[in-house]
Amino acid sequence: MEIETAFHHGAVAADAKPILEMRGIKKHFGNVIALAGVSFDIRPGECHCLLGDNGAGKSTFIKTMSGVHKPTEGEILFEDKPMNFSSPRDAMEAGIATVFQDLAMIPLMSVTRNFFMGREPTKGAGPFKRFDVKQANEVCVEEMRNMGINLRGPDQAVGTLSGGERQTVAIARAVYFGAKVLILDEPTSALGVRQTSNVLATIDKVRKQGVGVVFISHNVRHAMAVGDRFTVLNRGKTLGTATRGEITPNELQDLMAGGQEMAQLEGSLGGTI
Amino acid sequence: MPADSTVTDERVREETVLARLMKRPELGAIAGLILVTIFFLFTANASMFTLSGIMNFLTPAAQLGILAIGASLLMIGGEFDLSIGSMVAFAGMIFGALVVNLGLPLIVAIPGTLIFAGMMGVVNGQLVIRTGLPSFIVTLAFLFILRGLSLVGLKYLTGGSTQLRGVRDAVGDDWLAPFFSGDAFTGLFAKLAEWGWIDTFKSGAPKVPGVPVEILWFIGIALFATWILLRTPAGNWIFAAGGDKNAASNSGVPVNRVKTTLFIVTACCAALVAIMTVIDAGSTDARRGFQKEFEAIIAAVIGGSLLTGGYGSAIGAFFGSIIFGMVVIGLTYTSIDQDWFQVFLGGMLLLAVIFNNVIRKRVTGER
Repeated sequence: MEIETAFHHGAVAADAKPILEMRGIKKHFGNVIALAGVSFDIRPGECHCLLGDNGAGKSTFIKTMSGVHKPTEGEILFEDKPMNFSSPRDAMEAGIATVFQDLAMIPLMSVTRNFFMGREPTKGAGPFKRFDVKQANEVCVEEMRNMGINLRGPDQAVGTLSGGERQTVAIARAVYFGAKVLILDEPTSALGVRQTSNVLATIDKVRKQGVGVVFISHNVRHAMAVGDRFTVLNRGKTLGTATRGEITPNELQDLMAGGQEMAQLEGSLGGTI
Repeated sequence: MPADSTVTDERVREETVLARLMKRPELGAIAGLILVTIFFLFTANASMFTLSGIMNFLTPAAQLGILAIGASLLMIGGEFDLSIGSMVAFAGMIFGALVVNLGLPLIVAIPGTLIFAGMMGVVNGQLVIRTGLPSFIVTLAFLFILRGLSLVGLKYLTGGSTQLRGVRDAVGDDWLAPFFSGDAFTGLFAKLAEWGWIDTFKSGAPKVPGVPVEILWFIGIALFATWILLRTPAGNWIFAAGGDKNAASNSGVPVNRVKTTLFIVTACCAALVAIMTVIDAGSTDARRGFQKEFEAIIAAVIGGSLLTGGYGSAIGAFFGSIIFGMVVIGLTYTSIDQDWFQVFLGGMLLLAVIFNNVIRKRVTGER
């Protein structure tokens, strides 16, 4: 079933092989069970939304996916090979990029300098090896234009960009450096309406380039706008994965909140949440 | 995304040239230099702006500037070094000991001194990184430790005096000495005097025999540091390390290595100044470099470096140091009491900090 929306153009081949598969992931911190057997997979060119309320284990789960934490139990398959990431760097090199909420951006530095931070293109050799500023500027302006942001100039400081634009720079950077799986940690949580639409549009663009996007959110409407599949986490467990068109926003909302109490709460609030 | 997103945002006005200039960190220092020049053009004796007058104020500016450029790089990298003044005395002692007491040639003594200073830089850097304490406190401790070591060490070396003499005799006509002391281009200046292009004494010798070498080092280091900052990956890492340590290391910048290297560079700048002044003066003294750390940081701040790191320029520190030299020496050319210098310095620092704050808000778009 296919639903076209402003932020969702064209469906994913449902039989595509997953790039990244997480099976029965458990994570214990001492006697706290943060994840109690979570399974999740992401296919190229799809946006898989991971939904859950605060404390559901979303953060622990994406940190496991991006190599920050090692799972206590369970296996991670990346392109069909079992993976054992020992650091975020390993995961990044394999092609799993994570855009955390702090974005890893430095406001005082220019967009170009942020874009290439730590991975500067160089020209020349030996002692004359230098930062190829011209090429960096061209690439940066071009990549940002593709994402729908017209920079005043490549030397514009990141501090002058809006929150949504910064998010887009971070996403563009990850994609440019070869991300196959892009994990976005609540990219829309602090944004206004217009900026949220910009970020959702960016996610759609990235998805169409064949990148698998993991979109973490607790906002059902944002997830429904762009997602292909939806997995709900609650108290460290998956409550199942639904495909686009199989589920309504209300059902998702209920799953996230853990069903019953939410139904009662919603009743008393007149269905406004 | 709607197609109109690629159209220029109508709410962004075209930036004027002035607004673009305002964003350069060194603008404040250049404006300050112009103001100070105008001030002295009106108040100072005309001889201040002759060739010999200019060399006169550029020499102290150069000695301070070499320290200030090191300090500004470190500040951009997000750290402070309050021990550079004491480092000048400490490195001077090491250098004096190597040359006079051990009788080593400069080709060994100079690298030896730089290595010693560099090791102190490593100690500073590692302490700051490993303890997570502010570099302000760690290097403040070394301000006293190194000064004390210089006093004790000199007394030990000389048998009771805090001054070590005899460097000139020990250096003699070492082939490396001209690179670190005296004047350069003496032949050229003699020719210029012959052609009557520059002022001469009655004997026909030029009033300015050449360019003091420290000025050449100063210019060279300023250009090199600017190139590193603006045109190499390392420069990007320095800005990133100072702007946000976590963001930088999450993006793969080797933050700790960058910071340690910057501490080494700052210490080596101090050692270089020590070597040049010791050879020039022929002796070393435990009071050398007294309060230079503050002057260097002031020059760096006047040059547009933010105290919080992540922003600044080496060329700004270059102009900041020239302002400094101009005021110190310039006041002697006027009828103004020279002790106004400190008042002026404090005022300049205050103005620079306020100005920088405004600039930073403009750059980051804060309101």
